[in-house]
Amino acid sequence: MGLDRHLPTRRELLAGSGALFAWSQMPRIARAEGRDPRLLVVILRGALDGLGAVAPVGDPDWVALRGDRALLLDGKPPALPLDSFFALNPAMPNLHRLYKSGKAAIVHATATPYRERSHFDGQDVLESGFTRPGATASGWLNRALLAMESGGRVDPRGSRALGIGSVTPLVVRGSAPVMTWVPQKLLPASQDTQNRLLDLYQHTDPKLATVLQARMKLASLDGAMGAGDPMSDDPTLAPPGIARVRAYFAEAAGTAARYLAKPDGPRVGAMGFVGWDTHIAEGAASGQLYNLLGALDGAFAAIESNMGDVWHETVVAVVTEFGRTARINGTQGTDHGTGTVAFLIGGGLAGGRVIADWPGLKSAQLFEDRDLKPTTDLRAVLKGLLRDHLRVEEKILAETVFPGSTDVKPMGGLVG
Amino acid sequence: MSNSAKAEAVLALHRFGMGPRPGSIAAVGSDPRGALIAELDRPLVLTAAASLPPSAKAYRTVADANARRAARAKQAQQQAKKQQMAAAQAMSEDQTQAHGQVQDKDAAEMAAKQAAEAVPDPGRPMYLQEAKLRTEAALAADIGFAERLVWFWSNHFCVSANKIQSMSGAYEREAVRANALGRFVDLLLAVEGHPAMLFYLDNLESMGANSIAGINRSRGLNENIAREIMELHTLGVRTGYTQDDVISFANVMTGWTLVPPGADPQHGGEFTFNPRLHEPGGQTVLGKRYEQEDAEQGRAVLRDLAAHPATSTHVATKLARHFVADEPPPALIEQMAKTFRDTEGDLKQVAIAMVSSDDAWRGPPSKLKRPGEWVAGMVRATGITTVDPVRYTGGQELLGEALWRPSAPKGYPDDEASWIDGVGRRLDIANNFAERITGMADPQIIIEDVFASEIAPEVKQAVGRAESRQQALALLFMSADFQRR
Repeated sequence: MGLDRHLPTRRELLAGSGALFAWSQMPRIARAEGRDPRLLVVILRGALDGLGAVAPVGDPDWVALRGDRALLLDGKPPALPLDSFFALNPAMPNLHRLYKSGKAAIVHATATPYRERSHFDGQDVLESGFTRPGATASGWLNRALLAMESGGRVDPRGSRALGIGSVTPLVVRGSAPVMTWVPQKLLPASQDTQNRLLDLYQHTDPKLATVLQARMKLASLDGAMGAGDPMSDDPTLAPPGIARVRAYFAEAAGTAARYLAKPDGPRVGAMGFVGWDTHIAEGAASGQLYNLLGALDGAFAAIESNMGDVWHETVVAVVTEFGRTARINGTQGTDHGTGTVAFLIGGGLAGGRVIADWPGLKSAQLFEDRDLKPTTDLRAVLKGLLRDHLRVEEKILAETVFPGSTDVKPMGGLVG
Repeated sequence: MSNSAKAEAVLALHRFGMGPRPGSIAAVGSDPRGALIAELDRPLVLTAAASLPPSAKAYRTVADANARRAARAKQAQQQAKKQQMAAAQAMSEDQTQAHGQVQDKDAAEMAAKQAAEAVPDPGRPMYLQEAKLRTEAALAADIGFAERLVWFWSNHFCVSANKIQSMSGAYEREAVRANALGRFVDLLLAVEGHPAMLFYLDNLESMGANSIAGINRSRGLNENIAREIMELHTLGVRTGYTQDDVISFANVMTGWTLVPPGADPQHGGEFTFNPRLHEPGGQTVLGKRYEQEDAEQGRAVLRDLAAHPATSTHVATKLARHFVADEPPPALIEQMAKTFRDTEGDLKQVAIAMVSSDDAWRGPPSKLKRPGEWVAGMVRATGITTVDPVRYTGGQELLGEALWRPSAPKGYPDDEASWIDGVGRRLDIANNFAERITGMADPQIIIEDVFASEIAPEVKQAVGRAESRQQALALLFMSADFQRR
């Protein structure tokens, strides 16, 4: 595992007792143009199933690949059409609305340069911006800020990134100062964590398994009585605690937006949401993934409304460490894969499109005959945003922000 | 070190210590029993305690604040009443009578309450500072056997901060920590003569029916401390003492009280024997006559209770149950009880007898850690040595083991049945802690370096497959390897 092969110092602890988002004042060059751009990075930890979120309903091999788990335009509930080829998970009406109004874009079949399947290493590559894990203790977003600072183009009131959550995400860690904010509400242990712990207990300590099972059952009763999913006819589809997860996502994201919206606040932030490692009973148009995507969709709405007047200068990049297997596994879930989606939203986007060089879903077209093949380097997307939205120089992007990415050209035309 | 030596070191740290922390397996070395015993030779002094007030001063500080609070409240109430009377005179009589009086009373009480609350309670910060000191001692200990013994005896001789917050931490330092590795009789004399215990078990108000105060004020005995000393602290329940023994012993204990804080700014809150409260004459306890005239009478009874064979069995059973198993091997209990009797209650020798017995090591790790031990073990594994006492004590409360706040003088229970239903709540705490430390604690490092890989393969696998560091840490902390000992 890479990066943090050390035990914490007191300083780190103090820093860590505070964090979910990190921030920077705007680059001067942008201000000189009369712009005041905001960038929020949301990390989905656990590896999002891109095919379960944005389905290639026009691909002839789609239904055969996912069977009755395939999102369909005439499914129940129906997937939300994006273009003639792709459709969005029905849990995300807000994203669909933003997309239709040109304020959201989706990048499909994308991945970082990481090609193994360890979450921790994958997140390390995603956030560090390096091509291999364990290379550095700073993140690409922080180095982007630092580069601007050393270039003397940062507002003199101080360069600050904002981190939301108890721990500052690696993507904003580094030499540029990071401010942190922790949501008051505790994120409950996810259903997935509970399932894994139950499985562990069932193999190691039957008594503890019995107790945990009883607690989960009680929680599901509570959920059915008080916190059912209003979008679902069947209250059992909303797992226990999903209401709390939704509330947490919305509060954390909304707070990040409020800070970024302030005239003298940070301009760059990062936050992470956990729970995407859907090995078992992933669901699609209902169930686990549906609930999480619904919570994420609520977070998008919270960002939009809390950005207020500066929404038109906002870009949010939602990324994950890698995708999941193209096929469903033996436990109605998916295992660690490669290609996946990235969501881009914000009033500053030139959206309304799915950006994909579609690799196809036939066996021979899959990466190692198991994963959606990545055809778009995620760094190209991020570099495009940093260059065109924050005005970071291309040379700096290739040398220090994403070292070794000279060949990965920034994707143009993402911001309007 | 061989794998079996590492496994025994890990067991030693869990069962008798505060759990593995970075470097602790090396500190235990290849002779876990010897390492445990060696730790008992290091003194249990908390150097940082020098900055904390002794219990009497803590008590005086809180009493002063309470007095100021009462005075302010009275003043505010009188002022409010005066204003109301002035206002009433300005109004016509019928208006005042209609509904004014009830409102006036409420307003005066509100003013009194607000004035009182303006004086801060110094008891809470004292509690938090003491909690921080004690917790960090557990986090910093190489092994933590001695700290575990302090925790055990503190719970055995518990007081409650709900009743006497100012002294709860200082009590543990002064009475328990100072004697936890000494002779049981000295520990017993220290705790029963400590103002915190006398306050907690209602002995301040107890007076002999024939004492000067008792005759003057037509009041009398409170049996609480006498019963709890025999039932909980020494002999154990149903060991042959009678109600008459309780009453006689309660009479013996009359006069054990503290110096009223208002009366003496130098010594208020300290122990004193007040002869005006003491039941005169001799008393018979457990068939023995005690003719002493003052506090010596109580000390003599306490010495005999400490030396009573029932006490040796009671203490040995509780110790073995706490450290080794809910149903400890009878041979182990007998060995410890015999050591207790042979050494006149030398608690260090009893602890040594325990860890020297194969019976203390043979059983599987069946004990479910109490919340306090589990949290300490979790934090230690990460190498963290400082805590925020507000957060820490808040967590303890959520887990049902609020520090120094047991619901009854029996203290917190020590069996699995009492705690296992709370394991679900531990998950919330573990998840939250994992989230806070996920950037600086690596679950693989904890497994490999802190635990020397002495963790069940299923746990290693679950940790390796976790979706995030946070989840990996939460699963690790929640695993049976962390919960059981």
